[in-house]
This record gives sequence, structure tokens and C-alpha cells, in this order.
Amino acid sequence: MRHTISVLVENKFGVLSRVSGLFSGRGFNIESLSVGETIEPAVSLMTIVTSGDDQIIEQITKQLNKLIDVIKVVDFMEIDHVEREMVLIKAAPKKADRIEVLKLTEIFRGRIVDSGTTTYTIEITGDEGKINAFIELIKPFGIKEFVRTGKVAIARERVKKAQITTEKKEHR
Amino acid sequence: MKKLGAEILVECLKREGVKHIFGYPGGVVLNIFDALYDDKDLKLILTRHEQGAVHAADGYARASGKVGVALVTSGPGATNTVTGIATASMDSIPVVVFSGQVPTMLIGNDAFQEADIVGITRPCTKYNYLVKDVNDLARIVREAFHIASTGRPGPVLIDLPKDVTAGKADFVWPQEIKIRSYRPTYEGNKWMIKQAANEIAKAKKPVIMAGGGVIISGASKELKELAELSQIPVTMTLMGLGGFPGTHELSLGMLGMHGTYYANMSVQESDLLIGIGVRFDDRVTGKMGTFAPHAKIVHIDIDPTSIRKNIRVDTPIVGDVKHVLKDLLKFLKEEKEQWDAIRKTWLKQIKTWKLGMPLKYTYVENVIKPQFVIEKLYEITKGDAIITTEVGQNQMWAAQFYKFNKPRTFLTSGGLGTMGYGFPAAIGAQLAYPDKLVIDIAGDGSIQMNIQELATAVINKLPVKVAILNNHYLGMVRQWQELFFGERYSYSHLDVVPDFVKVAEAYGAVGFRATKPSEVEPVIKEALKVKDRPVFMDFIVDWKEKVYPMVPAGAAINEMLFEEEKREEKKLKAVR
Repeated sequence: MRHTISVLVENKFGVLSRVSGLFSGRGFNIESLSVGETIEPAVSLMTIVTSGDDQIIEQITKQLNKLIDVIKVVDFMEIDHVEREMVLIKAAPKKADRIEVLKLTEIFRGRIVDSGTTTYTIEITGDEGKINAFIELIKPFGIKEFVRTGKVAIARERVKKAQITTEKKEHR
Repeated sequence: MKKLGAEILVECLKREGVKHIFGYPGGVVLNIFDALYDDKDLKLILTRHEQGAVHAADGYARASGKVGVALVTSGPGATNTVTGIATASMDSIPVVVFSGQVPTMLIGNDAFQEADIVGITRPCTKYNYLVKDVNDLARIVREAFHIASTGRPGPVLIDLPKDVTAGKADFVWPQEIKIRSYRPTYEGNKWMIKQAANEIAKAKKPVIMAGGGVIISGASKELKELAELSQIPVTMTLMGLGGFPGTHELSLGMLGMHGTYYANMSVQESDLLIGIGVRFDDRVTGKMGTFAPHAKIVHIDIDPTSIRKNIRVDTPIVGDVKHVLKDLLKFLKEEKEQWDAIRKTWLKQIKTWKLGMPLKYTYVENVIKPQFVIEKLYEITKGDAIITTEVGQNQMWAAQFYKFNKPRTFLTSGGLGTMGYGFPAAIGAQLAYPDKLVIDIAGDGSIQMNIQELATAVINKLPVKVAILNNHYLGMVRQWQELFFGERYSYSHLDVVPDFVKVAEAYGAVGFRATKPSEVEPVIKEALKVKDRPVFMDFIVDWKEKVYPMVPAGAAINEMLFEEEKREEKKLKAVR
């Protein structure tokens, strides 16, 4: 099972290596990892995507909690949340296909952030499925390279039942 | 008035109650050594190797329960501490190691004697620090001692760049320690403890498995009360020996790979296993899926990661063993069971196992059996000694044949299995308790790994005794090669073993040798008379002797090999 785990850490020298060292040292895998500052500058947030059975995930969260610099660990598996990832794709379509690529970008609510004589750089934000789908669609037109940020996640605010339905509709 | 970083450090150590530091000087720590030069309250014990310094600090901590302190220089001085730190880490021992570092402006430049010791020790410390500003020094030292000694204890390293110890700052002792992300759980969940009490009342065949956590939390009294009240037999892990009296009628001795027959059988047949301050190491469980197959498992440990790491647990209790056992006893006293009556059949069964298959060896007239040496040591010291061990056969025989009745009297590298641990650890223990008898049970291989510490013991007039079970082999390796590798003794024979009597004498210590069983007792008695310097006792023992019972790696713990089973051994060889 894949889990998205967010880890609130003291923004200290060496903390990334403590966290990544824990994963490598105990044979857990990291599928993606992103780190950034939070509203409190002394604290950083890491979002880690990992996989394993229940026992492994339990160990991962416990081991993370045991690290002195870790303030809080949240496994989003148990929580209603929003996940996003961003990708920058340098697509190199033939002249005849350029319009098609632009259209697809529009459909996926992406943006062209750079344009050269032979390439477009496209920015797409969304959940993993959306990004994978977009990459697959663009591939036949030619992709030179792409970079992904790794996932970030945030818990949803609990809202009343009626509102949940409308929000879900919007989401679709 | 501003103070030098080195002076601040010395002041901090005094406030933490440190009396002894084990260390070795070098270029970048000279400011600290200078500050120690004419200090009356803090004594630095100069070891002959940095590994020895950390093991000695570790032995000091295990024997006394206080934090052990080591101080070394940068680069090789720091890297030499790694084995000692990893040893302390695996066995949850509170040690604070100070390493020198090149000046901050040179860090990362591959300067002379530079090593990234914070990076190197990250996975084997509980926490570590690089001090970048002398103004942070006092706070960091205070935090380090707190982290090392609370929760599940462990080693902490503080890396001190030269300009930090040579820099100046106001000395400000922090009144309180604030680490928002570090809050160990001491109190167990009451509901879970109540459930454990119910399980104990229901169980027909319960066993307690006590580990190092009992000793660390000082819960021997509570454990004894629990065992006696609810009439539950107690087996101990290697780290747990001494946590429950080894001579108590409810004691099953050690379990696991070289555990007693009756301990392993009891665990395998039990319907309730209560793990107290243990982590279910592979040397204890044997083949994981076959361990305690009929038992419900209650697991008490302060470290949440220990629980469900290796085995399934039915009743997990995270908390300090002493706190939890106190609560558990309260609940059990409310149960008012007729404990003697409900345990009668089970205890009778265990007695049959004990009588049927006790720990044994075959005594012979002409050759010294290593087990005989340990028995004699126990007999002559009446069990009143601090025993340290090296690693291998010597360690297992010590665990089997010496009966430990008190906590903090058996110091051994359980988790990491560090050869060369026992002798420096004995030095540390002797410094903590100058009037106690301290004996290192060693092998001829292990003792050579830190033999240079003879000088440390001689200079400090420490009457540490070393009993060398000399078989000219790396005995445990040889045993495995005999049993599982068709007697192909690949590089386990120590062709050249020094004359340990002469080695001892060369260092200014005393050496004795025994080659016949009749000489064992006189040698031990002579050794015990020496009060002002270390003694090596060189026992030339039967090189063919093996540690039994033995559970082959990867087998279930009731699949034991015994001394008599020569035929069984042949079969095993054929299989491999």
C-alpha cells in the first residue's frame, strides 16, 4: 500500500539526512520526498510517499516519531486530504502538432511557462493520476525531459455534510 | 565575566555531576585538556585507545546507572569511538561523547584530522550535535545529558570545533530543558495494563521474559514482586540477566540461542508471554514464525518502535517498566486469585524440565573445562562481583554458569556483540565502584582487541581481574565451523597467542596461569588477593569444548542441540 506521510520537523542542519538515513538504514523505500518551510520558519514540513504493508508503515511512522527533531507525523491514509504535485515538461512537438499540444495543456488547466523555437515548457499541477495521464498524452508528440516536484498534501477542513457534496461535484 | 568555551564545558560537566571522563588528547581538544589540567573535581582517565575510552564510559554507565563521558580528538580520535558508540546504542546505554573538530571555517575543507563524525555517527547515536557557536555550548551539553539518560537511553555525541572551545562567552546554565519534539512516555495506558492483568489472571501457562529495560528502569524489585505474587516463572534475555535473581526458584535462566532447555521449552509451551523491557532480538526468538506459537503476548517497553517490530503483540504497553509494573501490581492485587493453585500444574511441568535437562558439561581430570572456571569463579566470589565479558563462547558460558542475583552486575555487549568490550568496560565499572570486585571473563581472541588498556588499569591502580579462557581459537567461530561447515576451521585458529602472563608482567600487572583443573581454584584465590593492580588469569582450556544447548540459526528455539547428540551433529553436517 502507498502512503503519503507528512513529517513536521525542526528546521535544523542535518535533519533531512536524519530522515532519509532512517529510510535507507532500515530498508524502507522513499518514492518521493519534498521539503519546504512552513508558516513557522523554525519548522519544516516533509511530505514523503512510501509503500509497505501495515507493519512496515507502522514502523516507519514510529521510527520517524522517535527521531528527536521530528515534531509530528501524519499518515494521510487515515485522513481526508488533498494531494498535489507539479511537473514541468519540455515538449518538442512537430510544427503541425503544436496547436494540439496547446489544446491539451488548456484542457488540463496547464500553462506554457516558456516557449522556444522548438519546445514548449508546460506546467501542470494536480494529483498523481492527472499528471501521469498528461505525460502519457504528450509523449507521442515528443518530450525532451520533465521534472516532477514530488507530492505535497494537506488535510481537508471538516465541513458539514451538504457542503461536502457540492465540493465533491466541483472537484470532478 | 566571559569564559573560554573549554571552561564552560568543564563547568557544565561538573553541574551534570560528572566525576570521571575517559579520554585521549589531540590537537583540536588541547583547550579542553588545558582546562582539565589543574581541576581537582574532574578526573580524566587516559585510556590507550579511543575505543577503550568509550567502552570504559559505557561500563561506568552500566555499573552505576549514571551517564558515562568520553572525550577524544577529531579525525581518527573521533572515528575510533564509533564501535563504542554503536555498542552503547544497541544496548541503550547513556553515554555522552565529546569529539574535537577542526575550526568551523575549515570544516568541509578536508583539513588535517578532519572527519564528518556527526555524519558518521548519525545512525548509531540517539542524537548528535555540531556546536557552531560557543554561546550554544551550555544548552547543548545540558540537552545532551538529558537526551542520553531519559526515555530509552542511548549515546549522544557532541562535536566541538576548535574555535568553539577556544572562543569566549558568558556562562549561562539553562534552568530548564525545552525540547518540544522529545517527550518519552513513562506512564503506560491504564486500560491496557488492566487488560494485561486480566490476561495474567486467565493464563494457565504464563512466562515472563525480562530484558535490559528492567535493569535500566530500576524495576528489579517490582519484577520480583510480580513474579512472586502471581507465581510466574521468569526467563531473561542476555541483557536482562541480574534483573531477576538467577538463584530464585522461579528463575529459568537465559532463553534463546544458548538459553536453557527449560527456558526455551517454557516459552514455546506458554499460553501467555509477558515481555518486559525486551525487543525480541533474533538471538532470542530463533525462527520468527515458530516463536511462542501458543502464547498471547503482552509487551511492555518504553520505545514504541520495539513493539510489533519483530513479533505480533496482543497487548502492547508503551511506558517505563517500573511505572507500568507498579500499576500492573495494583490491578493484580485486586484480582485476588488463588495464584498458587492455578499455577501448580505449570510450575510442576517446569520443574520436570529443569530436573530433566539442566545446564551441564562433562568434567574431566586432566583438562580444564571453561565452564568449570566460571563455576569456580561464582563459587569463590559467592556471586558478589561485577562481571563483564567479551563476546563469543566466553560470553555465553558466563551468562549460563554465573548466577546473577543483582542488577548492574553483568556488563556485556548484547546487541552489537563487540569483541574487546569487556576489559575497558571492567575498568569503567571499577572506577565507578573502587571497592567492588570486577572480573572480565574473556577469550584469548577478544582480550587482544583492547589489551592495551592494561596500561590504563595499571596506572590507575585498578584491581580488575581478567579470566582468559584460552583455547587458541576464536571459539564460537570454530564451533559454528565444526557444526555447520564440516570442521573446516577457516582462519579461526589463532596460531600465535602471546604469553598472557608475560604480557601482564610487561605492563606492570600480575599474571597467573592454570593448565590443570586442580590449579583453577588456587589461581583465582591468588588473583583475588591482588588489590593494587590488574591481574590476568590465563586458563588453558579444552579447545574442543562447545556452548550447549544451541539453537542453530534460523531454527525454532525448542530445536536445541545438546552435548550428547554427536549423531545429530553428524546429520546436520550432512544436510549442509
